[in-house]
Amino acid sequence: MAELMQFILSGLTVGAVYALVALGFTIIYNASDVVNFAQGEFVMLGGMITVFAHSAGMPLPLAAVIAIAVTASVGVALNKLAIEPARGAPVVSLIIITIGASIFIRGVTQLVFDKQLHRFPAFSGDAPIHILGATILPQSLWVMLGAVAVFVALWLFFTHTLTGKAILATSNNRLAAQLVGINTNWVMTLSFALSAAIGALAGVLVTPITLVSYDVGIALALKGFAAAMLGGMGNPKGALVGGILLGLFEALTAGYLSSQYKDAAAFIVILAVLFAMPQGLFGKKSTDRV
Amino acid sequence: MKILSTAALAGLMAFGFTSAAIAEIKIGVSVSETGPAAFLGDPEAKTLKMMIDDINAKGGVNGEQIELVLYDDGGDPNKARTFATRLVEDDEVTAIIGGSTTGATMAIIPVVEDAEIPFISLAGAIDIIEPVKGFVFKTPHTDRMACQKIFEDMKARDIIKIGLISGTDGFGASMEAQCKSVVGDYGIEIVASETYGPQDADMTPQLTNIKGAQGIQAILNPGFGQGPSIITRNYAQLAIDLPLYQSHGVASDGFIELAGATAAEGVRLPGTALLVADILPENDPQKQVALAYKTMFEEKTGTAVGTFGGYAHDAVLLMVDAIKRAGSGEPIAIRDALEATSGLVGTTGTYNMSSTDHLGLDLTAFRMLEIRDGKWTVVE
Repeated sequence: MAELMQFILSGLTVGAVYALVALGFTIIYNASDVVNFAQGEFVMLGGMITVFAHSAGMPLPLAAVIAIAVTASVGVALNKLAIEPARGAPVVSLIIITIGASIFIRGVTQLVFDKQLHRFPAFSGDAPIHILGATILPQSLWVMLGAVAVFVALWLFFTHTLTGKAILATSNNRLAAQLVGINTNWVMTLSFALSAAIGALAGVLVTPITLVSYDVGIALALKGFAAAMLGGMGNPKGALVGGILLGLFEALTAGYLSSQYKDAAAFIVILAVLFAMPQGLFGKKSTDRV
Repeated sequence: MKILSTAALAGLMAFGFTSAAIAEIKIGVSVSETGPAAFLGDPEAKTLKMMIDDINAKGGVNGEQIELVLYDDGGDPNKARTFATRLVEDDEVTAIIGGSTTGATMAIIPVVEDAEIPFISLAGAIDIIEPVKGFVFKTPHTDRMACQKIFEDMKARDIIKIGLISGTDGFGASMEAQCKSVVGDYGIEIVASETYGPQDADMTPQLTNIKGAQGIQAILNPGFGQGPSIITRNYAQLAIDLPLYQSHGVASDGFIELAGATAAEGVRLPGTALLVADILPENDPQKQVALAYKTMFEEKTGTAVGTFGGYAHDAVLLMVDAIKRAGSGEPIAIRDALEATSGLVGTTGTYNMSSTDHLGLDLTAFRMLEIRDGKWTVVE
């Protein structure tokens, strides 16, 4: 029993990390159908900038705010300098641009900062919390709290605000959105800024657990992307549930089957789900009028 | 105008080449300064540059200046091979140092063997020098030696049943295999074996399973990068009270910082003299060498010294020592002198090469270290 509980808590910890990364994919995807493969780099930047601002003597909350603000402006720059000039290009080209951007950001980071691993202190210490004979670190609760908070904020944003609806409208039909007076360029810039900020927030929350270096972004983005696909791309609820499920699959496989096959097992489950439900668990079914 | 500038450029280039030709000893280097193995290649490149500058400032070797030709292979074996070929054919170097990763080293070996150029590798695997190849030497101790050192220490503590939690990256997988191949020699039994991915964020499921294995007395973690730090933290989280052994791959001050002094308390690992240079007794032969390198590296780069930079340091020592004894810049003479190296004290250990041993280190090169109160201590 204590063992099962430990596997579940581990799954929730890892799952919350994946969910936070997956949530970052949502906004840009909703605005432009582009899967932003530089999302992992936003997470990495959030962690790295916080580490260096903190070690330069800033209090942790201020360092985190600076990291989020700087990363958001990197997101804006990515849109202005790389995505906007290629407007009109097919989605696949834009996705490839984001892959290029991720390589570029990684390269600049290792020059500006360094190639070492870093960590800053957990927000509420390292004393484990005991639940039914198993343990969880307070920082894991922060990550879970962060994932739920971002989810609620995104859900409200997309369903209850005009700006959120403008983003969805831009995604549906850019020309029609322009015709009803939506500034689609501004919507794109906003969506990159928000996605980058969410990514950076994820980086700030997960760094005490996962540690950070210039190259952690790829692996995080890959798992986050898998989680988002499992839940249904573009749906905040899907990102949250997909992330938690992926984390639980991995932890339970590592616990009960074999740690050797935990990644494989998780991906087999994802493939099976996508085979039965190609849109993911919560993805909207799209029909094209011909 | 254009012709004029081209002529000027050609003149400059000719001038550049003549001035370069004054240096008669050229040492070629191909290391992974960037890319996934940058944690190895970056301190190695810094060390090589600063040591060669230092030697040249002090008048060079046998009165000749040394020229360093350095390429960054990014950890890619294909590039390493290309650069090795370029070093041999275009740069016409006397000797080569490099190959930060085992893959890059294995790609360089055929080139240097064909060209008969002495090569000192900075990579770990035992396959590099076993079987012995005419022109290939190396400075880092092997994974197998690290395993043997750890098992010796376990035996001394009457530990006979252990669990293994290994990273699935190259370093972890290679060391896991080496440990499994020698564990029987020490009468130790592996009762649980788990793995984790190099980027995993939580290993409590694996540790929970290992902890539950029948009669387990200690856990060994062959791994590199963030994995061992996270495992050490998870270990404290689960309050496992078995001795935890880490590998030489994380022997640096950074590990204590990342794992946290509280969680790392009592962790043992085999490390080099470099890490504990400050606290070595005055009569320790390695103290002076290790301390001198540590001071120089930390002054010049502002970052903490690590085991990997030490491998490059020792490679330069070996090479310079061999060139001095060879008395010439002839590759064959340098090779023979390298093979005859004896009693050369480096940061990693004391090298005694022979025609059957192109590494020249024994288990005494490793010190068994334990972390106490956030500091390294020698437990022997």
